[in-house]
Amino acid sequence: MIRFEAVTKAYADASPAVDDLTLEAPTGAITVLVGPSGCGKTTTLRMVNRMIEPTSGRITIDGVDTASMDPARLRRGIGYVIQHGGLFPHQTVERNIATVPLLLGWDRAKALSRARELIELVGLPAALGRRYPAALSGGQQQRVGVARALAADPPVMLMDEPFSAVDPVVRDQLQEEFLRLQSHLGKTILFVTHDIDEAIKLGDQVAVLRVGGRLAQLAPPAQLLAHPADDFVAGFVGRDRGYRALGFVAATLPVRPERTVALGSTVGAGEGWVLVVDDGRPLGWLDTARHPGPVDRSSLALGGTLASAGGSLRAALDAALSSPSGRGVVVDDEGRVVGTATPSDVIAAIEAQRAESAAGGGAP
Amino acid sequence: MTWALDHLGVIASLTWRHTLLAGIPLLLGLLVAIPLGWVAHRVPALAPVTIVGTGLLYTIPSLALFILMPLVLGTRILDPINVVVAMTVYTVALLVRTVVDGLRSVPADVDAAATAMGFGRFRRLWQVQLPLAIPVIAAGLRVAAVSNVSIVSIASLIGVAQLGSLLTDGYNRAIAGELLTGIVAALLLALVFDLVVVGTARLLTPWRSP
Ligand SMILES: Nc1ncnc2c1ncn2[C@@H]1O[C@H](COP(=O)(O)OP(=O)(O)O)[C@@H](O)[C@H]1O
Ligand SMILES: [Mg+2]
Repeated sequence: MIRFEAVTKAYADASPAVDDLTLEAPTGAITVLVGPSGCGKTTTLRMVNRMIEPTSGRITIDGVDTASMDPARLRRGIGYVIQHGGLFPHQTVERNIATVPLLLGWDRAKALSRARELIELVGLPAALGRRYPAALSGGQQQRVGVARALAADPPVMLMDEPFSAVDPVVRDQLQEEFLRLQSHLGKTILFVTHDIDEAIKLGDQVAVLRVGGRLAQLAPPAQLLAHPADDFVAGFVGRDRGYRALGFVAATLPVRPERTVALGSTVGAGEGWVLVVDDGRPLGWLDTARHPGPVDRSSLALGGTLASAGGSLRAALDAALSSPSGRGVVVDDEGRVVGTATPSDVIAAIEAQRAESAAGGGAP
Repeated sequence: MTWALDHLGVIASLTWRHTLLAGIPLLLGLLVAIPLGWVAHRVPALAPVTIVGTGLLYTIPSLALFILMPLVLGTRILDPINVVVAMTVYTVALLVRTVVDGLRSVPADVDAAATAMGFGRFRRLWQVQLPLAIPVIAAGLRVAAVSNVSIVSIASLIGVAQLGSLLTDGYNRAIAGELLTGIVAALLLALVFDLVVVGTARLLTPWRSP
């Protein structure tokens, strides 16, 4: 656990960059610091590994005051990732990743073999190990940055906008893989971003900072969306927050049974939209008014998005809204059709869920 | 041309002496400039003083410096050490600024990443900052190398032999061939120095030419 206790950082004759920050980043969880540019996120992060010394206040890691530790040793025990990975351009990818193990005095062969292990772990081809960073794409460099931070298996990781320099598609991929990695590594992570969507996607809890480095709200993402503490947070969280909040609510939907047909079977012109499946898995919707007769793959309309039975209300509503038939397809864990739900089914479920949480008086 | 062919032995030995008198100070000067430049880089308040202070040394006329050396060092007047030390001073004068520029050319995020990973200051200098500063330092070193080859020639006026001796002797005795040989040999040597610096820098920075 990383604890900030009334931490303030004031650079020479300026108003504080971080002001009286008290915050806990729990062990094994991702705590995201989010806020507009210049609000003190990087300063906050760098105070943890003492690249910047606080003006006042205390930072502890697992109860130990970082001010009492040797800075270089402290830093070797903390993974650090920045934009572009901050890779050493003059060293091969392998050697970059082996940096901290070598600083810790590992034997060179062991450090390099650990590096090769990590190249695989972050999903890079082994051949890249011998290349220089300049030969890698932005996304690949970022993966190397993460691998390098993980090399000595530090319990704590600091990440400063690590995914903000890559294009949206790659960013999405990196975020997914980061979450997958974290789900079995369980590091204590302090993650900085200016992108609220990234914060909500990655954070177990999100700390919203306002300019001047003051904590505006600390809450799990769902709560941030449902109950922003003030206008600043509401404005920062942005549009669609009502809809996005549904992403954190599990759907308990009354699923309607749906008749399904296989490819090659015959349908009549009056049957409306029918769901075509193969071995129980949805292939798409067929408009029988336009394509009566034997079911042919080429006459299928593009299907909508799919909702999984245990998924969120957001996914269920999206499935219902995007389906050409107006009925969203719900599938089980194997991807087999369970049934369908209409937009009004989902709205009813949302209202029921609201009534329930109001009655229970609990958080959404 | 015939003069040169008739004196190949002399030319070779003078060239070798010239190489040592210009080359050794180049290496020594670099070794001195690196720590000075590093301190100036680490303590920004010291940077202007250090850079300007060492830079001023370059404005001392070389003949004066050569003549001063025995007084400062307590060496004999004809001792080549005088030339080596004086040339080292000139090299330092040129290279301190270069080293500071080189260290400043290290990308801030790379430098920060090195600190964040727990490099000590010396290891960071040796393993991260200096390697990345090589292109800038090499550019300054090329200037210093050519400058050294040219300044060393003056040393013939205080009796230390090198290619410059061909110029003084050729002038005094009005031997055009000898004068010309001295000029051409010095030019060629400067060219060789330059190529060596460029080649070494390239060998030391394999990441820049994939
Ligand atoms: N070394 C420094 N000296 C003076 N002011 C600084 C320094 N570093 C950052 N600041 C100021 O502190 C504030 C917070 O900066 P920073 O922590 O980098 O913000 P963020 O990472 O949220 O963009 C900014 O106003 C910035 O200008
Ligand atoms: Mg920042």
